[in-house]
Amino acid sequence: MSEVIERPGERPGAHGARPDLKVVGTRPVRPDGADKVTGRALYGADLSLPGMLVGKVARSPHAHARIVSIDTRRARALPGVKAIVTSADFPDLASEEYEAGESASNLRDLSMNVMARDKALYHGHAVAAVAAVSASVAEEAIDLLEIVYEPLPHVTDVELAMASDAPVLHEHLFTGGLETRPDKPSNIAKRNAIVRGDLAAGFAQAEVVVESRYVTAATHQGYIEPHACVANWAPDGQCQVWASSQGQFMVRTYCAKVLGLEASNIRVTPAEIGGGFGGKTTVYLEPLALALSRQCGAPVKMVMSREEVFRATGPTSASVMEVKLGALKDGTIVAADVVLKYQAGAFPGSPVGAGSMTALACYDVPNFSIVGYDVITNTPKVAAYRAPGAPISAFAVESAIDELALKLGMDPIALREKNAVRDGMKAAYGPTYRNIGYVETLEAIRSHPHYAQPLGPNQGRGVAVGFWFNVGGESTATVNVNEDGSAVVATGNPDIGGSRASMAMMAAEVLGLPVEKVRPIVADTASIGFSMLTGGSRTTFATGMAVTQAAQKVVEDLRGRAALLWDVPIDQVEWIGGAAVCLDASKAKGELTLAALAAQSARTGGPIGAQVSLTAQGAGPGFGAHICDVEVDPETGHVTILRYTAAQDVGRAIHPDYVEGQVQGGVAQGVGWALNEEYIFDGAGEMENPGFLDYRCPVASDLPMIDAILVEVPNPRHPFGAKGVGEVPIVPPLAAVANAVRRAIGKRMTSLPMSPPKILAAIEETEGA
Amino acid sequence: MTRRRHVTTTVNGDPAEFLCEPGTTLLDAIRDELGLTGSKEGCGSGDCGACSIMLDGRLVCSCLVLAVEAEGRRIETIEGMAEGGELHPLQRKFLEHGALQCGFCTPGLLVAAKALLETNPDPSESETRYWLAGNLCRCTGYDKVIRAVLDAAAELRQARIPA
Repeated sequence: MSEVIERPGERPGAHGARPDLKVVGTRPVRPDGADKVTGRALYGADLSLPGMLVGKVARSPHAHARIVSIDTRRARALPGVKAIVTSADFPDLASEEYEAGESASNLRDLSMNVMARDKALYHGHAVAAVAAVSASVAEEAIDLLEIVYEPLPHVTDVELAMASDAPVLHEHLFTGGLETRPDKPSNIAKRNAIVRGDLAAGFAQAEVVVESRYVTAATHQGYIEPHACVANWAPDGQCQVWASSQGQFMVRTYCAKVLGLEASNIRVTPAEIGGGFGGKTTVYLEPLALALSRQCGAPVKMVMSREEVFRATGPTSASVMEVKLGALKDGTIVAADVVLKYQAGAFPGSPVGAGSMTALACYDVPNFSIVGYDVITNTPKVAAYRAPGAPISAFAVESAIDELALKLGMDPIALREKNAVRDGMKAAYGPTYRNIGYVETLEAIRSHPHYAQPLGPNQGRGVAVGFWFNVGGESTATVNVNEDGSAVVATGNPDIGGSRASMAMMAAEVLGLPVEKVRPIVADTASIGFSMLTGGSRTTFATGMAVTQAAQKVVEDLRGRAALLWDVPIDQVEWIGGAAVCLDASKAKGELTLAALAAQSARTGGPIGAQVSLTAQGAGPGFGAHICDVEVDPETGHVTILRYTAAQDVGRAIHPDYVEGQVQGGVAQGVGWALNEEYIFDGAGEMENPGFLDYRCPVASDLPMIDAILVEVPNPRHPFGAKGVGEVPIVPPLAAVANAVRRAIGKRMTSLPMSPPKILAAIEETEGA
Repeated sequence: MTRRRHVTTTVNGDPAEFLCEPGTTLLDAIRDELGLTGSKEGCGSGDCGACSIMLDGRLVCSCLVLAVEAEGRRIETIEGMAEGGELHPLQRKFLEHGALQCGFCTPGLLVAAKALLETNPDPSESETRYWLAGNLCRCTGYDKVIRAVLDAAAELRQARIPA
């Protein structure tokens, strides 16, 4: 079972245990729950409009090709075909960086990823789109498009793409981040470096050194809901989009940019989202559906197949990494040399920057160098995937730390604790840590019964840790009081994993209402102020802060109205347990409940409500520490996860069920990444496994129960102490599983996924040696 | 355009008719012709289980069944699981345990779990995990899903014991 560790008294002031909290920290049924267990919740593909057409995308059958010509005449002549768009229907945008989520996007690249211009850069790249009266007619029309390609040499492998003789995808791309501008274009979009101290001196001082090369495969976010939207372009130029995404404002901005429209002409209504994990922080179909709708004057629905999802969305980077660590005999790490080569896909923008910044974020190392390369390949442009970049570099670094522990003969938790970052230390990526709960998570796994449980033959236990920044940013919330004394909370953040529950709970806590009396909604872009997308583990932190402040404004208003009714100064009115109480007993006895004040609102100033828009700062970074037990079948190389325990500093769990759920879900994705999941390309650069049968996500029988330990070291910048939660849990598992396998078979697996053939080969190599 | 076929069937206890092309999947007919969008398409190839329904009392992926095959047969979908206004114990336990995050796989998981408990009222954790191995969930890591199903099974067994 999962447990919550509180540490009352360890932290001074109001930030320890909070016995005053009535709602925060409890486990009520989520407000959108009934809709989701009865099939009533409407996801991206569930909306239909009268007269709606079906849109489909024509995709490149080549990994790299010049688009010589597209002749649409035969397709247009097919009865039932209503619109066809190609890159000619979209403005040719200038190169411009735009910040709209977890990472910056270049608008020109975004536009060319949505619809190929001049060149198709990966197998599955969109080259045209068709709207027709039915899916079968649209598909027939796509077959009738006459597209002439001039195939070009392609490259899908990271290191081959870096070679000087590699086919270059972008003739205008020169490696950034170098001291002198190179004279030749290259697939290396950028080099970044973070350094501290004197690396050579550090290694000279080292008594023990470990060094290895690590490789990971591209993996997909694997949300079960394919991308889907409905778009309607009215004759007056007003556009509506209903879409499943991580941010309705992101969809609005990107559609406006890609189509050359004013954002104010587009209204985006968020559908329920069937998983995203970062993969729905950009647009694919929405601009196409709008362009088709503009051409034919009817609403257009577009839904991807699973194959399209694999071929043309996500994934995250494949990588090649080198890690060298030097330590003293007592375990003190004195030097670290890390090189990261991350696949960006067809356009620049792999998460190698975040991979670099997180690589040593758990360690206090005096001398290090972290160098990252952002590498273009003929594969789909990578999208954010849960703690983008961090699980990859953590796989390499945490494997190396485990090797170091083995070489030193040290307990892996003790080695990490000896080199752990603590409050007041400067993080490898720059800032100074405050209110972090890292050593507390290490202590939580060390003292957990799991760590002492005996192991059998062919079994091994791995430990790994992980870090993620978590972000704040812009959010808006409104709280309106109904005449019956209930409240509605509106935010601009899609609910991807239970955030409606946490929003309602925070508002209920402040208002003093039972949580059932607070209805949370996710509003469209015309009904709520701007909010950054649901990503970066920001919603409970940043939007929760807006909700809390809006509820506090409502309470101020309610106190003022009670003061008016009682004819006392407002400082004589306190808000206790959902009611105004007068401190001056001579003026008023009893209390005025929220319901009583709401009923009299017409004569105390009108309807009661408040809005808060803010830019949240001070999102506390998150740390996790995991233990994984595996058993390796020596006959087949198959790995069974026997037991898994994950401790994480969450600041304060608003709704512990959904916090544990984030931890468990992140672990499951990490286990899939470690053992099974990978993009496999054939010689022509076509993904060979674009379906859930051959791209193997973990199923229920692949996993044990996952024990989530919630460590609560509150974040003083959040009204209830919350820190971001959703991303940290996917960071440690890749290495936790690899370290367990290492201890089970006596051989270090340096390449993911650790599929049975690879493990079998490693076992046989060991036995042969 | 291909001539559409007329199909007569029973959906959640009520008679239902629809027109479909010969190649239309039962999932598409249920969603687009009958308007029951609780069954989801996650893969279209029978690998994710989001489209799970009961066809003549047997658990199937409706994306792998042709709509014309439903002629004269009995279909049960997620929309028929709650009786009147009352949630099925599995639905209630999913909510009590927080066994869903995005909720997209939830209808399929519930239909499959109900089929399990009709076959095996007292499944072990392992039996439950293998039965639900055809239903992908990417959010939860299955932990709370399994707990919810086992808890619902216990409650349903308790309800069967005569007072």
